[in-house]
Formats: sequence, C-alpha cells, structure tokens
Amino acid sequence: MWTWFHKLASPPHAYRILGRLAPWFGWPALVLILTAAYWGLVRAPTDYQQGDAFRILYVHAPAAWMSMFIYVSMAIAAGVGLIWRIKLAHAAAAASAPIGASFTFLALATGSIWGKPMWGTWWVWDARLTSELILFFLYLGYMALRASFDDPQRADRASAVLAIVGVINVPIIHYSVEWWSTLHQPASVTKFDKPSIALPMLIPLFIMIAGYQFYYGWALCRRLRGEILSRERKATWLDKDS
Amino acid sequence: MDLKEFLHMGGYAGFVWTAYGLTTLILVANWWAARRKEAVELIDARRRVRFQKESRQ
Repeated sequence: MWTWFHKLASPPHAYRILGRLAPWFGWPALVLILTAAYWGLVRAPTDYQQGDAFRILYVHAPAAWMSMFIYVSMAIAAGVGLIWRIKLAHAAAAASAPIGASFTFLALATGSIWGKPMWGTWWVWDARLTSELILFFLYLGYMALRASFDDPQRADRASAVLAIVGVINVPIIHYSVEWWSTLHQPASVTKFDKPSIALPMLIPLFIMIAGYQFYYGWALCRRLRGEILSRERKATWLDKDS
Repeated sequence: MDLKEFLHMGGYAGFVWTAYGLTTLILVANWWAARRKEAVELIDARRRVRFQKESRQ
C-alpha cells in the first residue's frame, strides 16, 4: 500500500493524474454554477422581506462557505506535509491559498453589496464580518510568508505553522453569530433541525456550493501542477511527456 | 417573464448585477491565473531541463 502511495505522490505521476482529473472538475463546475445562477436569478421566488436583493445570497453564502472550507483543507494539507514530510501536501496547501483568498474576497465583497440595501451600510465592525476579514488577511499573510523565502522547503514549514494556527479563526467565524450579538443573520441552513429557508430557495444554494466545490477542485488541479513544476529541479520526466 | 422586469430586479438591479458580475469576474480571473501559472512554470521547468542537459554535454 505504501509503495502505491509513494507512486501516487511522486511528482511525475501526480502531475499526470492531476492533468487528467482537471476536466472532470472543470466541466461539472461550469454546468453547476450556470444552473445555480439561472435558478437563483430567474426561478427562485422573490423573498417577501428582502425583495430581489436576496438573490445576491446565492453567490455570497457559498463563497463564504468555500472561504472556510478551503482554509481548513489548506491547514490539513499543511499539517500532513509537516508531520509526514510529504512535499505534495505542502504544494497542495500552497496551491489552495490563492483560490481561498479569492473566495474570501468574494464573500466580503458580495456581502457588502448585499448589506448596503439591506442593512443600510457597506460595512460594520461586527463579529462575523471582522472575523471573515481576518480570514482574508490570514490567506494574504500565508502567501506573503511563502513569498518571503527563497527555499521552498523553509517556506513550506513556516507557512504550514501559520496555516495551522490560523484554523482557530474558522470556528470563530462560524459561531460568531451565536456568541456575539451581531448584525449578520444566524445560520439558516446548517442547523441540526430543519433549515429555515423554503426548499425552492434552498436548492440553488446547494447547487452553487457544489459548483464552487468543483471549481475549487479544478483550480487546485491546475495550480498544483504549476507548484509541482516549480519545485522540480531535475524534471527530466518532462521530456518524455507532459 | 418580461426581460425589462427581470433586469430591473425589483429595484435592486445595481446591487444584484454588481454582485453577480463581480462573482463572474473573480471566477474567470482565477481560471485565467491558474492556467497561466501552469503554463509559465512549464516553460521554466523545460528551460531548466534543457540547461542541465547542455551543461552536462
């Protein structure tokens, strides 16, 4: 089993597999995101309180969910890399950061655009918004820290520690709406009892989350291939095929 | 549904379309950046391999 695992994690093998996997993520992502956008913009009924502005939530909430999901994935990859010294895991963490940062930015920006007509302000220093902003800075800090090392192995170790320590922020974001009295609405989907959104409004939300997940899968495949190449000093296997 | 009414978004057109436009922009930019990074690294890696070969000869 270990030999199989090492073969899988060997750069040429991983590089080829990722190249073959990418379209299996990319095409479903495109179809799912377009379906969700159509459903969310056209078919979902207008909210009785928020009017059509609630349609922003179909791009906002899944982006916020992804911002946390990718951070946790990144921290797990960094942890695996740190403990078992697997370079590919470090590479996966490094490849995830820019994607996660994009989703965090998207969550903050679309949230702000939704907040203006609904709350009457673009921004408040409320617990949910502030902790999400900190998440954005964690991503930026992680990338800046990596960029400050010339040696990728030292960059891997130092940035992995930052990624792992930063995980503490994820439950803070999630529970911020319960722990502090915030302007942000509490969770309405991830509750143990029934979600408090009507089903026709909920379905496009789930399709969008699935679409974003596949998009992350695709982007990770592509970026990881780039990372593998940048780390290979004697990539003679590149001659044979690519 | 009539197109004008759809684009109007119940008076929230500016907000809704900006949010969806921004989402499209970020997703497309990421798609482009990921592909570009891969292409650039491939060219660099190939150059390194060629350089190593030449220096060995």
